[in-house]
Amino acid sequence: MELLLDSLFNGVAIGSVLLVAALGLAIVFGLMGVINLAHGELMMLGAYTTYVTQLIFKLPILKPFYNSYILVSIFLAFIVSGVVGILLEKTIIRKLYGSPLETLLATWGVSLILQQFVRSVPLAYGTGLVISLIIGLFLPTTFPSKVKESINFKYFKFSTWIFAALTGVLTGSVISSNVSKLSRASARNVDVTAPSWMRGQVEILGTAFPKTRLMIILITLISVIVITLFLNQSAWGMRIRAVTQNRQMSDCLGISTEKVDIITFGIGSGLAGVAGVAVSLLGSVGPNVGGNYIVGCFMVVVLGGVGNLLGTVFASFGIGIMTDLIGAGRLLSIWPDMPLPLSNTINFFATTSMARVMIFALIVIFLQFKPTGLFPQKGRMVEN
Amino acid sequence: MRISRRILAGLATASLAVTATSCGGGGTSGSFDDTVTVGILHSLSGTMAISESTLVDTEKMAIEEINAAGGVTVGGKSYKIEYIVEDGASDWPTFAEKSKKLIDQDGVPVVFGGWTSASRKAMLPVYESKDAFLYYPIQYEAQECSNNIFYTGATPNQQSEPATDFMYKRSPAAGGDFFLVGSDYVFPRTSNTITKAQVAQLGGKVVGEDYLPLGNTEVAPIISKIKVALPNGGIIINTLNGDQNVAFFKQIQDAGITPSSGYYVMNYSIAEEEISTIGPEFLEGHYGAWNYMMSIDTPASKKFAASFKKRWGADRVVADPQESAYNMVYLWKQAVEDAGTFDDNAVREALVGQTFDAPQGPVEVMPNHHLSQTVRIGEINAEGGFTILEETGVVLPQAWNQKHPSSKGFACDWTDPSKGEKYKL
Repeated sequence: MELLLDSLFNGVAIGSVLLVAALGLAIVFGLMGVINLAHGELMMLGAYTTYVTQLIFKLPILKPFYNSYILVSIFLAFIVSGVVGILLEKTIIRKLYGSPLETLLATWGVSLILQQFVRSVPLAYGTGLVISLIIGLFLPTTFPSKVKESINFKYFKFSTWIFAALTGVLTGSVISSNVSKLSRASARNVDVTAPSWMRGQVEILGTAFPKTRLMIILITLISVIVITLFLNQSAWGMRIRAVTQNRQMSDCLGISTEKVDIITFGIGSGLAGVAGVAVSLLGSVGPNVGGNYIVGCFMVVVLGGVGNLLGTVFASFGIGIMTDLIGAGRLLSIWPDMPLPLSNTINFFATTSMARVMIFALIVIFLQFKPTGLFPQKGRMVEN
Repeated sequence: MRISRRILAGLATASLAVTATSCGGGGTSGSFDDTVTVGILHSLSGTMAISESTLVDTEKMAIEEINAAGGVTVGGKSYKIEYIVEDGASDWPTFAEKSKKLIDQDGVPVVFGGWTSASRKAMLPVYESKDAFLYYPIQYEAQECSNNIFYTGATPNQQSEPATDFMYKRSPAAGGDFFLVGSDYVFPRTSNTITKAQVAQLGGKVVGEDYLPLGNTEVAPIISKIKVALPNGGIIINTLNGDQNVAFFKQIQDAGITPSSGYYVMNYSIAEEEISTIGPEFLEGHYGAWNYMMSIDTPASKKFAASFKKRWGADRVVADPQESAYNMVYLWKQAVEDAGTFDDNAVREALVGQTFDAPQGPVEVMPNHHLSQTVRIGEINAEGGFTILEETGVVLPQAWNQKHPSSKGFACDWTDPSKGEKYKL
């Protein structure tokens, strides 16, 4: 019983890392059909946001609230990655809808640029740049509609950008003069240390579980619930689903597909940022952190069935549980006296690298029989 | 038109002059009769750049020190050492290509370079076919002995074997079972084959072994295997690479695999540089084995650390790979002076038997082109350094490991033409 609980927990823990990483991609790739190879780098931005938040919370003014920095960083990471995603959509991806190969190449280029950006720009000024982007993109939308409709709106917009740039430079230099670790560019990996209440273990039903793993499962669970509610209950969610199913018809019916695209891509990117917070708790944060997850993300989305959130959930937990079953050699401990050839085979695959080979092989076989994944999308989009 | 051309030409010469001075490094004191240019070949970009750039810094420092002390004296003439730094870009074929460029185009008498075994294996055929000489400064899995490479890092019997012995006999987990964890490439796999043979000889038991694919940071299955295999604590031998260590130590600490609950990790790839990246709070109480540790309390060691900090910044640290890189520059200088020429073959002959008072203590070049070294076992402390627990005497290098089944009973001796790369003892 304890063994089963332990195995199930491990499977869910591994699966939830996959799920939180793939959730954003499930929206961007699944719903919009955009092959975003920079998804991993949007995660990396989230992880770096956690690191920056951690250092800022070590400043004397914020020191009393240090323990809660991780919760704050979840929101900040969502905003940072979301804003960078929106910028990406507005400048590059929008021009490439319908040409997957070009999108693939362009987003791969973006991923290289983002990696090099965190290597060679001091994080303090990186933060400043993101802050000016946030102000520049969002401040104009808060103006009263009278201003928006006036002929001089472009001048208003222009002056907000100047204001945004000034604020960015100012915050950049304030941070850089107060936090010395952020004032120099560095290609080194950095480290996010969870606050003390999140380290160690808790006992549930006689088994000890690591707290960071529980936290990641919680983050994943909340993200999935919120995003499902948003897609199925809110007006914007309905518009997103409508555009997914039939873009021309939605356009004709007065839905601003342009706005829908921005919001969908922004949410998908923001979720990548949240995933970045989660993975920063597990390993180190570096320019290459996103690249380690991107293949797994696509694997989960394809296995689950493109365009279906439920499929992504099932696929990631399935892969997680299989990884633990095969990689940790669980079957041997459940059935210790199995025939020798079988136990030898299982032993052979019971290492992390071989387990990965096995799982990829199983997925390839599965996709031979069900090429559209676990839960294939039905409807008009498939016929196109 | 003419003027602008002239200005352009002037600009070009000026920029050339600037690059020349910035490349040809070092001390300018004293007057020299001539210059000699050596090659430095490490990754300055890509994943290995973080580690390998520290070696470039150390080699530059050693060269500057030698120049400040009057350079290299060959045949009564004093030579100033200049260097050409090439970028291997963490890409193994690039290492081979840049080696060819340094040897053929720049005509350097020696190349200091490499870090990963993969880069060394890529460079080896180049140096052998051109009969040139590479100095390689990293502790590695051995099982190689080239006439054209000089290895200043530790072989397994100068690092992992004394460490395994310490863990099994004298650590707090003495007599316990072993679990081996490593990244999935040649060094961990070879090193663990040797460890398994040694543990069997000692009468101990290896209860599990797992390899993490490079780039993967999901340690959960390994943790559950450790918990099943070592339910009440034991010895973990860790040969993980780079930032995979961060994931490993963060996650095992959360899972309760800590020194206080009886699990002791011996690390072969974690030096002072890595401790500061991973964070001492995750590593405190675990062990490391090296030839050089920054906490060695001798004048030579302190001087080495102090001059490195003075040259590159007070927050920098020195570690074992850097010490090896430092030693090899000095050993090359001594061998050249003894040989009285920069010619490879004469220098190679003069090299064997050279001794140097290194930061770790005296080292000597052995006939198998490796160094005799001192081995130290340290416990990682809260300050991010090692508390040295044990120090062996001078340990002779084994290019062919005597515990590995494929090389048992073989040795290498380049001073005797009848023996060479691999002969039966």
